[in-house]
Amino acid sequence: MENLSKLSIRAVHEGLLKKDFTSSEVLESCLKEVKSQNKDLNAFVLIDEEGAKMAANSLDAKIMNNESSLSVLSGVPMSLKDIFCVKGMRTTCASKMLENFIPPYDATVVEKLRDNDSIIVGKTNMDEFACGASTEHSIFGPARNPYDTQRVAGGSSGGSAVSVASNMSFYSLGTDTGGSIRQPASLCGVYGLKPTYGRISRSGVVSMASSWDHVGAFARSAEDIGFVLSAIAGKDRRDSTTSDKDVPDYSKFLDDSVKGLKIGIPKEYFDEGVEEETRAVVMESAKKLEKQGAEIIDVSLPYTKYAIAVYYISMPAELSSNLERFDGIRYGIKPSEKAEDIVDYYYKARSEGFGSEIKRRILIGTYVLSSGYFDAYYKKAQKVRTLILEDFNNVFTKVDALLAPVSPFPAFKVGDLLDNPLAMYMADALTIPANAAGVPALSCPVGKSKTGLPIGAQIIAPQFGEGLCLTVANALSA
Amino acid sequence: MINREQFENLAKLARIKFTEDEYKKFSSQIEGVLDYMNILNEVDTSVVLPTDQVNGLSNILDQDGFVQGQASGSDLLNCSTLPVDSNQIRVLKVIK
Repeated sequence: MENLSKLSIRAVHEGLLKKDFTSSEVLESCLKEVKSQNKDLNAFVLIDEEGAKMAANSLDAKIMNNESSLSVLSGVPMSLKDIFCVKGMRTTCASKMLENFIPPYDATVVEKLRDNDSIIVGKTNMDEFACGASTEHSIFGPARNPYDTQRVAGGSSGGSAVSVASNMSFYSLGTDTGGSIRQPASLCGVYGLKPTYGRISRSGVVSMASSWDHVGAFARSAEDIGFVLSAIAGKDRRDSTTSDKDVPDYSKFLDDSVKGLKIGIPKEYFDEGVEEETRAVVMESAKKLEKQGAEIIDVSLPYTKYAIAVYYISMPAELSSNLERFDGIRYGIKPSEKAEDIVDYYYKARSEGFGSEIKRRILIGTYVLSSGYFDAYYKKAQKVRTLILEDFNNVFTKVDALLAPVSPFPAFKVGDLLDNPLAMYMADALTIPANAAGVPALSCPVGKSKTGLPIGAQIIAPQFGEGLCLTVANALSA
Repeated sequence: MINREQFENLAKLARIKFTEDEYKKFSSQIEGVLDYMNILNEVDTSVVLPTDQVNGLSNILDQDGFVQGQASGSDLLNCSTLPVDSNQIRVLKVIK
């Protein structure tokens, strides 16, 4: 039998409908990839073989008896970043702090996946509490890039990107606070969507920085991304930031033409900090769109260069506040040393439970929120964030969407940036602005470096323009 | 920029203990990061309002009514590693 794990989601769906193969056989082909590759790639931190097999068998029985109306995601094996709560399934955020945490309920998106008879293969590796751009800050050790295992997968949702790139799962859900879906997607050669702020519920997803956090998806084509987005987007009464805008059938946008579309090339995303090869590959993509009738227009978003500073003030402020709940009492580890009193207990649990990048960011967040520095750092950052948002509002009066590099460079070597936080933060330079403004951005694989490493381009659209991102991404894959 | 007293105050606010090595490493790294943040002083924000929320939603209200929670009280108590007593988590003494 052909290797089912490499099929498109549509092909799996059609095969299941025609009874050419079963969901269990599709799952088996993914598990085979997991077993042969996960040891080297470290994409999965938990493999729920038994649960996945039970779900697939039960669906197959329903299909056999013609009892099930299949949705397009039914029976398709997928994976979840280890930040999504799944009832009864250990959810660690790759932190010692949550090493034994078993959630008592499902995240809203997990409920939606179950409604669609999705098959959850397991939980994927990530940077601790989603803080990092390389999936090296993980208690499970680094995830590895499938194109070169000496190199990083990107992060923080690195395991998700790897699981999709290496056919261990058909799609994966991740989170993107400053680029944590798009950057690993770009480094691993898959598609990764960060939707509009409020498009997908975050209920049951461990919070990092709430005004920046987005749930999104990885897949191997724009069409597959569209299928997943249609299934998981929408209003959720458990997340008051979700929008009640209708959720369209996103796969319908795939066949739209780019003819007549105005695509902006933002000059700040092509400056000297971005490697020449990356710039050239992305400009080739622009030419491809031009050949299909799109109009390519040079544009400027002048406040782009301030995005990293805004982010690394606002995000740690929100992160340090969100992580206050990990005190070893309601959540978190019991410290190994005996504590003298309750305050000593907090100190011991937090000092032992958090890794170094988290401690660094908590200190920064605490500093920028502290009396005397609040106006100079936090409030200033929130004001400059307004200017970044206005940059996007202005540019979208001139063009329909933007095309830009995702990461300034392809995958770097494991360990290279680990002890240089500022250099690591620069990896997010081109992805943070879309989070600052809450606009959707889709990373697509568009080329390779001379050394064979994937290079991605991102399509950025106005809020709720996910369909347009998919149209352009599909045109780029033609 | 960050002296020992300031660092110790931050550590106290964050309820995290640091070793001497960690202090040396983190204080210089954080200083580098905070230095970089000064780039924002180039921007005139005297007439700019801060942004806290980006998709324009405000005052989201829910309808009155009883809604069954996703997890029971005992499920939530079980998330703690500490002993549970009379539907409460038993912690160390708060008042000495």
